[in-house]
This record gives sequence, structure tokens and C-alpha cells, in this order.
Amino acid sequence: MSSKDTVKSVLDWPAFDMAASEKQKKLLGEMQRLTEMHMIACPPYQSVINKLYAPIENMDSLQDVPFIPVRLFKHQRLSSVPERDIIKTMTSSGTSGHKPSQIFLDKITAALQVKVLVKIVSSFLGSKRLPMLVIDCKATVADRKRFSARTAGILGFSIFSHNVEYALDEDMSLNEDRIKEFLSKHEGQDILLFGFTFIIWQNFLQELERRQLNLPLERGTLIHGGGWKKLVNEAVDNDEFKDRISKATGIQKVHNYYGMVEQTGSIFMECEEGYLHAPAWADILIRDPIDFKPLPIGEKGLVQLLSVIPHSYPGHCILSEDVGFIVGIDDCDCHRKGTYFKIEGRLEQAEVRGCSDSY
Amino acid sequence: MPNKEKYDQVFIESFSLPADAAVAKLAYQSITEWDSVGHMGLIANLEEAFDIMMDMEDIIDFSDYKTGIETLKKYQIKI
Repeated sequence: MSSKDTVKSVLDWPAFDMAASEKQKKLLGEMQRLTEMHMIACPPYQSVINKLYAPIENMDSLQDVPFIPVRLFKHQRLSSVPERDIIKTMTSSGTSGHKPSQIFLDKITAALQVKVLVKIVSSFLGSKRLPMLVIDCKATVADRKRFSARTAGILGFSIFSHNVEYALDEDMSLNEDRIKEFLSKHEGQDILLFGFTFIIWQNFLQELERRQLNLPLERGTLIHGGGWKKLVNEAVDNDEFKDRISKATGIQKVHNYYGMVEQTGSIFMECEEGYLHAPAWADILIRDPIDFKPLPIGEKGLVQLLSVIPHSYPGHCILSEDVGFIVGIDDCDCHRKGTYFKIEGRLEQAEVRGCSDSY
Repeated sequence: MPNKEKYDQVFIESFSLPADAAVAKLAYQSITEWDSVGHMGLIANLEEAFDIMMDMEDIIDFSDYKTGIETLKKYQIKI
């Protein structure tokens, strides 16, 4: 099968309805194919893999798929396609002088990102497009030279909407009038709200609270991502975040999502039970931070992420600096199949990595 | 305005092209303006111009000028 046919058949996988045994087989097949493809197409990746894993053992299970540390994308240009095939370069904003990660997208990868995202999010939102209030400023998507994780997120989620408005001005201040006008225009309708966790917290929620403003958003669904690390100092956890969002806006449906800019598209959505869920096209493993051995359900360790999306760069199997644990597989009370898990924070010694939640 | 003219005009305005631009040759990523940012703008403008709401799959598959004509047929718009 050509890459194109394979991609087509991958998209037929049911998002949250594939039992572990079948998924292990299908996902492993894609991981083997992608690993072999990137070994040939990306010499720096090949040399890292040879150094870390020589000789490469048979990939009999997902645990055997060679992984690379996510920070490698910051230090090295990792591309598996010729320059002329690159249609977009995504960056994660580096903090305090660190180099940002650079992710090179070709047509296949970019198309997979959108198609997989649509299938995942439709499981939560349905297939009807909704009016969307973006908790960010319009400039974030307008500047083509800075295509960050934030830009990608807003654009990706725009596909679920048919009428987009931005809640913040360019200086990131809350535009009360614009929000009210948007809400009165769509009174009585379901509304999608989307933004980055820290920005929602700082520029939206805290501002609403300060102004003692209550928004009539009982029919709203809030989807947010980008990480909690900036909120750690403020000691806000997911429960408190949801609580205060609901007090200020009436929103009952709040879904956090977890994902890496290196695997844009295959995100892990928080279900109604409060757990992050792996869709058919992605999975996580937990590894011991000292010896990198895989850890069983319930034990905390480093999160390794697998995704079928990366074709133009070797990002299909990466070890993050996040700490989390698997809660279970296939048996969540929300009835979605797949691995479900929680993220606890980041490895202490890890350098603080600016991702999508920085300006 | 006839539909064909309206359709062309949406491309011209969405991507800030000169009035005599060869729009029939346009495809996603064929010009810098038609990237993922420009794509959502184009869709929004088409929906407004023809007063329709497209399905997500049609938005994703709207890959060039000609495909778009086929897509709009689904919404009873003949170009």
C-alpha cells in the first residue's frame, strides 16, 4: 500500500471504539511502518536511534517502539521530507532564550492533523458546527510568520464552528462589549468556547471575577489545552478551574485536552469522568524516569506519546517531560475505549519548556 | 451577480488578489495566502456569499477551485 492508501485506511479506525487487542495490532503496524520510514528518510533520527537502541530489537509490542526525547526537536532539525514538500513549519515558543521546537509539515501530515482532530472532537461535540468564542485575540491567527501551537489550536478548532468571535483585544484585555454582542446574537444556541488554559484563567476568568461579570453561557462547552504549568504557582487544579468557570459563566461542560505540538491533531480529550482519553490514533505509555522501563497501570512516571500523524518528521513516538499515570484501559465509565490517564505535572529537574501557553 | 462571478470574487477578496487573477488555477497551498489561516477565511466568506453552512468534511476536502464547484453543488449552488 502506498502512504496515501495507508493514511486513508487509518482514518477509518473508530475514534473510541477499538478494543485494546485490536488497537495494539493496528497501532503497532503503523508505528513499525513509520519508524522504518523515518529511519530511511531522516538521517539524524537514524543516527540517534542507532546510538540509543543498537541493535534495534523486534517491535513485538508498543513498548518496543523506539522513542526519542521530545526536546530533541529543539536541538536538531528533524525532517523526513525534501524542503520543497514542506508546507508549514510549526514552532513551540521557546522560553528564556531557549530554542523553540521546529516541526515541519508536509501535505499528508497536515491533512492527517485536521482529519484526526475532527474525528476525536466530534465524539464530544457532535458533527454540527457551532458558534465559537475564542478566548484569545485575533492577532494570534493573523500573523502568518509566527505559527505557534496557539495558532494551530485555534485554527484546528475553527472547523467546528461557523461563526467565530474573539473575546480578547490585541493587548489581551477582555472585550466585554464584543462578548455580549456575540452572545445576544446567538442567544438560545449551543456555543463552543475554545482557548488556552492559562489565558482563560488569567485573561478571561479572573477578569470576569474582578468585574463581577456573569455570562449567560449555560449552553456553552469549553475546550481548553496548553498545559497547567503556569497555573502551578497559583495552586489551581482542574476541579477548581471547572468550578470557577461554572460560577462565572454557567458552563457545565468543560473539557481539558492534553497533547504535544510535536503530535498536533491526535489530542487526548478529558471525558465526562475527568480522565484524559487516548483515541484510536494515539496512545501513551508510562516509563520510569530513571531506567525508562515501562510502568504498570496506576504507577507514576514519564509520559511517552505515540501518534500515527507524523509523516514528515520523526515525531510518532516521543518521550515527554510530563509525569502522569494510567488509570485504566477500555473500561472508563464514559464508555469510550482506549487508555485513560491523568497528568500530574512535569519532571522537577526538567527545564521549563514554553509550549503553547506563553505569549 | 451571477454565481460564477460571486464565486470568483470570494477567492479574489479572501486572498487579496488582483481583479484579473487566474482564480481557476488556485489550490490549497498553491499561493501563500491560501494556507490553513486563509482556508478558514475562504470558507467563511463562501458561506456568507451563498448563505450556506458546509459540513466539516466538505471544508476539509475543499482543496482547490474546481473541487469547490462540485462541493457547492451539494448545497444547491450551481456555479
